[in-house]
Amino acid sequence: MKKVLLLAVFALASAVTYAGGYRVSLQGNKALAMGHTGVAVVNSSESVFFNPAALVYLEDKFSISAGVHGVFSNIAYQDAETGANARTDSPVGTPLYLYASYQATDWLAFGLGVYTPYGSSVEYEDDWAGSHLVNNIDLQAIYIQPTVSFKINDKLSFGGGPIYVTGSVNFNRNLNRTLTDLDGNRANVTIDASGVSSWGWVASTMVNLTDDLHIGATYRSEIILDAEDGTAEFENIPNSPLTPFENTSIKASLPMPAEMTVGMSYDFCESWTFAFDYNRTFWDVYNSLDIDFANEAIPDSKNARNYKNSSIYRFGMQYDATKMFTLRAGYYFDESPVREGYFAPETPRNDSNNFTAGLTVNLGEHLQIDASFLYSHFKEVDASYNYYFENGVAVPFKGTYKTNAFVPGLGLTYKL
Amino acid sequence: MKNILKYTFAVLAVGFVSCEPEFDSPVTDDGFYSSGTANLSKYVSVGNSLTAGYADGALYITGQENSYPNIMAEQFMFTGGGEFMQPLMNDNIGGLLLGGTQIAENRFVLTVDANGNPGPVRLEGTPTTDISNKLSGSFNNMGVPGAKSFHLVAPGYGNVAGVPTGAANPYFARFASSESATVIGDAAAQNPTFFSLWIGNNDILSYATSGGAGVDQTGNFDPSTYGGNDITDPNVFASVYSQQVDALTASGAKGVLVNIPEVTSIPYFTTVPTNAIPLDAATAAQLNAQFAAYNAQILPGLAAMGVITPEEAALRMINFSAGQNFPIMTDDDLTDLTTILQGAPFSLPPQLAALLGQLRQVKSDDLIVLTASSVLGTTPDPNNPQGVIGVSIPLTDQYVLAVSEQARITAASTAYNATIQALAGAKGLAFVDAKAALARVANGGVVYDGGVLTSQFVTGGAFSLDGVHPTPRGYAYTANLIIQAINDTYDATIPKVHIGNYATITVTNN
Repeated sequence: MKKVLLLAVFALASAVTYAGGYRVSLQGNKALAMGHTGVAVVNSSESVFFNPAALVYLEDKFSISAGVHGVFSNIAYQDAETGANARTDSPVGTPLYLYASYQATDWLAFGLGVYTPYGSSVEYEDDWAGSHLVNNIDLQAIYIQPTVSFKINDKLSFGGGPIYVTGSVNFNRNLNRTLTDLDGNRANVTIDASGVSSWGWVASTMVNLTDDLHIGATYRSEIILDAEDGTAEFENIPNSPLTPFENTSIKASLPMPAEMTVGMSYDFCESWTFAFDYNRTFWDVYNSLDIDFANEAIPDSKNARNYKNSSIYRFGMQYDATKMFTLRAGYYFDESPVREGYFAPETPRNDSNNFTAGLTVNLGEHLQIDASFLYSHFKEVDASYNYYFENGVAVPFKGTYKTNAFVPGLGLTYKL
Repeated sequence: MKNILKYTFAVLAVGFVSCEPEFDSPVTDDGFYSSGTANLSKYVSVGNSLTAGYADGALYITGQENSYPNIMAEQFMFTGGGEFMQPLMNDNIGGLLLGGTQIAENRFVLTVDANGNPGPVRLEGTPTTDISNKLSGSFNNMGVPGAKSFHLVAPGYGNVAGVPTGAANPYFARFASSESATVIGDAAAQNPTFFSLWIGNNDILSYATSGGAGVDQTGNFDPSTYGGNDITDPNVFASVYSQQVDALTASGAKGVLVNIPEVTSIPYFTTVPTNAIPLDAATAAQLNAQFAAYNAQILPGLAAMGVITPEEAALRMINFSAGQNFPIMTDDDLTDLTTILQGAPFSLPPQLAALLGQLRQVKSDDLIVLTASSVLGTTPDPNNPQGVIGVSIPLTDQYVLAVSEQARITAASTAYNATIQALAGAKGLAFVDAKAALARVANGGVVYDGGVLTSQFVTGGAFSLDGVHPTPRGYAYTANLIIQAINDTYDATIPKVHIGNYATITVTNN
């Protein structure tokens, strides 16, 4: 086992990799291995996230699952017109999750979840061709969710709970395409806000049509992180009244959109399970990323996003191969929320095809090792962001993007 | 089991490293862009300040980094281009030292004064580039600020000992291969596979910027007798220019030749209006009264005597009116009347005779140079508020490029350009009509991704704060023109740049 972990660490350390995206669907190794389905699956405390109503049907008195994913995400950019090209050198993202469930009575269960459904870590080379839009961004949102689950009868249960979110964002870009100090160093600004918190909620239901056929639905509310006392730090600003940029505080808000999931699972041939989930993410709340500088001399930064609601179609299979091994595989199609002309390099997401696989190794009665792997395939896309302005003139940033992501994950489940 | 996991992770670890996203056709692949029939592996650029990346009245590092040859060389990297070395200055202050003494001024920056008005001011600070510190190695960018066509073939032009006397060039002295080296010799010695040559601008420009203070040397075939502000004889130009092209093409190199723009395209000559003097009706009448005798008696009298032509008499009439007025000036192309006016029948006192000796008013088709803006309307003698330059004290000839002087420049540059274009045709070299391209910038401007590039001083984007040399954006525009010509001539597909990504003027307060 030690060797395996060492190798996993080696993989994290040696790979030259990158990251993209803002909704990070990595909320459990078991579910991810099945295409991140789970709204109608009853098999572990991962249900705290996927469907709290399912917790009450878990067979174990107590169950805890924890894990981590290594996000190796890569973005390549090029503009055939000028030859400009760039590759992100993003740090490896390591979103974590922890779920616990406790069967209090026959009809009531409690749970607790800590997970990170939104986040992004993208690092381009400073001063690259799109540096007036982004040099690097690091966005994190940690959800903490106490959960209650109760059943009406063996056919119907409900669940839900409040969600406390604490988030942080650090974002750097150049002020425009050309401003430098006297020595040619590009003027840039770093926006930083941390400890930004807010509340939301989750509610769900589960219907067991037969012993083998389950239907579930989960709604997770929109949560808007309002940064009231973030900071803006300006660098390489010329010493001139014509460039009145100085460090100041900022206000900005970043929405974590609501998400509705409905789905079903079906057990068949003794040891097989098929699951289907449909996600609808209500991205239309993300209209514009606006930064309000406290210093009135500094014009506010408005960055149109105009996202649209988007859907994800998830399919997963599970096979209990032996007493020791459970094998899983899945696929999902992830629709981009980005409209044409709004393709900004800090989240260059087009539609993706995602392939997953994984397994659980049962080490005795109580302990499981969960492993998963996700490969996200994005088609090469010619796209542009048309809402960057200089002196009132729109200056589109266009080019060809090619993105991919590899996400190995490892987790432990302990149950009593 | 352990082995399966072990191998799985080992494969994954290798996989991630090799699994960067790959484009169907990456721009970085050989063959995505083509240099056509040109070989860009060793590019050498030859020229003057424009080639060196000079801007804001000085040479400094960021200017050099945005020189058109350097921009081109970066794009050449996509089509087999090699390293491009430039004789970088020591700082971004500009200015030169010789043995610790400053011999060239610092760069201009746009400074906001106490009243909130922005204007070009020399950057404060002591330059750190001492030309007696010789750079080692050879340099792909052989742009030498100040060089005229014949300087490129002049031995000793890079001899630091000749700098104080003006026999040598301080910029070339920094990197000439020897005291007797020539610019063209050092360029050819690098065995370029590709070259650009843009020379001849200074052969007319110093005459123009000095307001025609020099001599038109057309007909004089010995450039060693020329003064710094003279116009080079077109035959001399043709002779040295073809020597240069021969030297650069001797080993089969291909290249590009760039012609000479009109001086009227640059803000140094188009910023200060010719009618810059505002007067009220009373002042105008008072001034007209003072010139009444000159207009009504002296000039017709001289014309009648045959001393001056009736045309010259008409040209010399002085007339002010309420509103914007043309300043008075001394024009050394006029007949000098100083002595005659002191004699009979005028018998003017020497001082007045000297004032009227070569006096006329600026005409609308004259060009007033940028530096006149700091003297026009000023009173040089604080004890004499009546002594206003342009009104009662003539603007000296150095501030005005008269129509007659413009004609000499046009004649010379037309001849140079004919030589350049003919040689490009004869040798099968690419040719860039910089004259036409710059005229487009000056007349209406050129649209780019983010605005319109014009020759408007300070705000137009094309010209730096010296009013003569381009900004990085202006140089990027130039680089695109040259790349286009190379692509057209050599069947190449070298990518151009977005000129909006290149900066314009630098703002900073001292």
